[in-house]
Amino acid sequence: MKEIICIVCPRGCQLTVDEANGYAVTGNGCPRGAAYGKSELQNPTRVLTSTVRLTGAALRRLPVKTDRAIPKGKLREAMALLDTVVAHAPVTEGQVLVADLLGTGANLVATREIPAE
Amino acid sequence: MYDLIVLGGGPAGLAAACRAWQEGVRRILLVERDDALGGILNQCIHNGFGLHRFSEELTGPEYAGRYIRMLGQTGVEVRLATMALQILPGQDGAPHEVHTLSPTHGYEVLQTRAIVLAMGCRERTRGAIALPGERPAGIFTAGAAQRYLNIEGYLVGRRVVILGSGDIGLIMARRMTLEGAKVLACVEVMPYSGGLTRNIVQCLQDYDIPLYLSHTVTDIKGHDRLEQVTVSQVDANRRPIPGTEMVFDCDTLLLSVGLIPENELTRQAGIEMDRRTHGAVVSEAMQTSVPGIFACGNVLHVHDLVDYVSAESERAGAAAAAYLQGNPSASLPSLRLDNGAGIAYTVPQRLHPGIGEAQVFFRVNRVTGPAAVVAENDAGETSRFRRLRFAPGEMERITLPANLVATAKEHITLRLEEGSV
Amino acid sequence: MYDVILIGCGVVGAATAYQLARYDLKVAVLEAQNDVANGTTKANSAILHAGYDPEPGTRMAALNVEGNKMAKELCRKLDVPFRPVGSLLLALSEAQKTTLQTLYVRGLANGVPGLALLDREATLAMEPGLNPELTGALYAPTAAIVNPWEYALAMAETAVVNGVELHRRCPVTGIRPLPEGGFALQTPRGEWQTRFVVNAAGVNADKVHTLLEPVPWKITPNRGSYFLLDKAEGSRVGHVIFQCPGPNGKGVLVAPTVHGNLLVGPDAQPVEDRRDLGTPASALDFVRTQARRSVPGIDFSQNIRNFAGIRANSDQEDFIIQPSPAYPAFLDLAGIKSPGLTAAPAIGKRAVELLAEAGLVCRPKAQFIAERHVVRMDRLSPAEKNVQIARDPRYGRVICRCETVTEGEIVAALHSPIPALSINGVKRRCNAGMGRCQGGFCGPRVQEIIARELGIDQTAVPMDQDGSWVLAGETKTGREVTGDV
Repeated sequence: MKEIICIVCPRGCQLTVDEANGYAVTGNGCPRGAAYGKSELQNPTRVLTSTVRLTGAALRRLPVKTDRAIPKGKLREAMALLDTVVAHAPVTEGQVLVADLLGTGANLVATREIPAE
Repeated sequence: MYDLIVLGGGPAGLAAACRAWQEGVRRILLVERDDALGGILNQCIHNGFGLHRFSEELTGPEYAGRYIRMLGQTGVEVRLATMALQILPGQDGAPHEVHTLSPTHGYEVLQTRAIVLAMGCRERTRGAIALPGERPAGIFTAGAAQRYLNIEGYLVGRRVVILGSGDIGLIMARRMTLEGAKVLACVEVMPYSGGLTRNIVQCLQDYDIPLYLSHTVTDIKGHDRLEQVTVSQVDANRRPIPGTEMVFDCDTLLLSVGLIPENELTRQAGIEMDRRTHGAVVSEAMQTSVPGIFACGNVLHVHDLVDYVSAESERAGAAAAAYLQGNPSASLPSLRLDNGAGIAYTVPQRLHPGIGEAQVFFRVNRVTGPAAVVAENDAGETSRFRRLRFAPGEMERITLPANLVATAKEHITLRLEEGSV
Repeated sequence: MYDVILIGCGVVGAATAYQLARYDLKVAVLEAQNDVANGTTKANSAILHAGYDPEPGTRMAALNVEGNKMAKELCRKLDVPFRPVGSLLLALSEAQKTTLQTLYVRGLANGVPGLALLDREATLAMEPGLNPELTGALYAPTAAIVNPWEYALAMAETAVVNGVELHRRCPVTGIRPLPEGGFALQTPRGEWQTRFVVNAAGVNADKVHTLLEPVPWKITPNRGSYFLLDKAEGSRVGHVIFQCPGPNGKGVLVAPTVHGNLLVGPDAQPVEDRRDLGTPASALDFVRTQARRSVPGIDFSQNIRNFAGIRANSDQEDFIIQPSPAYPAFLDLAGIKSPGLTAAPAIGKRAVELLAEAGLVCRPKAQFIAERHVVRMDRLSPAEKNVQIARDPRYGRVICRCETVTEGEIVAALHSPIPALSINGVKRRCNAGMGRCQGGFCGPRVQEIIARELGIDQTAVPMDQDGSWVLAGETKTGREVTGDV
């Protein structure tokens, strides 16, 4: 049995996850909590949000995210990769900058629309 | 002459303007001091926004983007890089004046029948908490460091201590760690965190950053750039305990020690203020003590979820529309919402008895386990709202039943009740 | 070969440069830091004292009263914020009324105009927020408040506009008398030769003098801590409120500022490290407690900034304004403790007289630019604002929201006779970042404007002195990978 706090939403439910019993979750306020509890003990994942360099616009950085959670253990590697990415304005929200980031199946996408300068 | 001027183009102003337009108001001006709409959301590039409002998890810029596109489909006039300098309330039904300054229109006096105040809030600074020690560079409010990092692409330091466990500080602990800085500690003077629990988990625990509760910064060293901070444990009265000092060699101290609604214009206009929220006193329609002037979002009280800012601001926009369409309420209603034991504040502070059920935001002033908030009116009616826990860092929302509101004579009192729940 | 080199550009150096600029002389001011007035001048009580404190017959007494008389006209000509608010020295016991009497008599002897002893009722009628237990007050109508930093800057700028050279980041590290008379000054930026030297190095004046010869006096630095409260508290008092000097020190003052804030402080703490501008919790507690004795209602929750200044006190009773006996062409203006800010313009005049006595020939210049003007948007009428914005739209773009400072004003400060080189340099020149958010919003923008206008990298713009770096570097500096990643 393991106690964790759910981070799916701001409510912060106290989950109890029973590893010995198929990772059954109790204490969750919604089904998403149950899914989180299961995954957090087996393969913890996080959405990565950061920035990449931007050219051709008044702003110098473009906010980005992975369009789904990626394994926690790959966050550092993903950050190193982001260092090398340069986006060019105009950029649309949701535009894919890197497809299948580090083989995680997640795409790196822009989170702000930036018109050309 | 405008029907409605909305001051502020952050989430509150955007939602209020959109909703007022949807309700049929046509001559609307939105005034924003920055060069872009979206307010502080533009620098909040992390995710976690919009679960209530849009049923999906968005980043700050994405959340702002939804409303900016919504506004783009209306005929609301937008003025960027425009600073409101003064509000002069109209007397006896005369229009209100808003004085603005901008590079394109110069100094202007604008007339309007209604105003929505949506100027947001600012961060408490080192001065506000009279932090002792030297005054080197390297001490930033968390939001200023966030702007440098997320908008401008600069890292403000490499070895970081964070004072205060407000959400922006926690978010910045993670952001700076991922950008290569070493966050040595997060220090909180209270015995509980000021931020959301999930941010403690995903921003501190994920990166093994220690959180020192009941501790504060008691000395700062460095002539030019920060070199060292001393952290001490505090007693129950928040006084440092001698002998508990820990010294951190660091070049950066981030302050996440609270937000203050930015109400200088409100005060100047003579609008009645609530010293608990540092915002205006409002009715359930978000109307202030001056008829035709409404307030919503962080200028009214500091929210921890933008979703609630949007909901509140949409109510303000709708109420401004109703006011303009000939349903004005003369002044603040007399039915008071009082703060009993354990309640830090409520918004609204006043209610019209005949409104039916009433949505109320409030904060408690201590951490509890399972507990209830009890609303009791002066006719002896009560309602209970149970939660597994309460914490000052988390704003709560309840809906008072119509009957409780309707039967109240002068006041309804909210209080926190622990145990026997 | 220069005629005169001044070491140090605080208010005393600036006032002396301003006086020397009137004459046909080759003058340079060497300032160790990256900005003028960055020592004692920027952190003090911002008060022009009436002059009842110093012992009659001292240099201090004469220069205080003369400096006070010069201030109003000087501030008008040089466009420096100045408000003749007057001061009240409170007696909080019957015994302290004797002190008031003593200082009243002293003030008369010093030639201070308009002094009046007030009883309790008259005092409370003038200033209702005072401690009702007070027993009387000494009213001095000629006491005034000023922006001390701008006072010094204005004199320094006017000197520069009139041909005086100012070299910042130029600390003097050695002084050598020349065989043919005069001196050679060593700095990291080369050697400077001059016939006369004026030592106006403030807290470091003894160290500077020692570069030439052993010095028979020494500076005893003394730190004072302050609170600067929000404008919401700015009208708590209308006069400068002093306490009687007593066994516990000189007393804590409460005063309005020319920017509309409330200033409360200082304590007095001898310090070893002349750069330690820390405000310890004990000092802040002391100031809070003492100030409430004069003005019980002060709301310290409205604090926006604490700061400390180092007084350039010395082991001498009076100001040290004298040539070295061995080197008559080396003039000390040292130990300029309180009321040094008030006395400064008079000290500048006195310095020129002493240099002339030592042989400096002072011929007035044909042309002297005597006036200075600064555009401050918050002081203009709406019509004047629009004229200014039509001329330059940047005067319509507000950068500092709390103090309503525009981009135009900031750009002007960056192209002024003594341009700002740091974020605080901009703050001191045009108030951006002075307000309640303390630069939280505008700091990054001001830094960006500085970088743009000075043509330097933003990471190279310091908060204040060199070494007070703000940015550790850029993010995302990895090598760009082209093609598919």
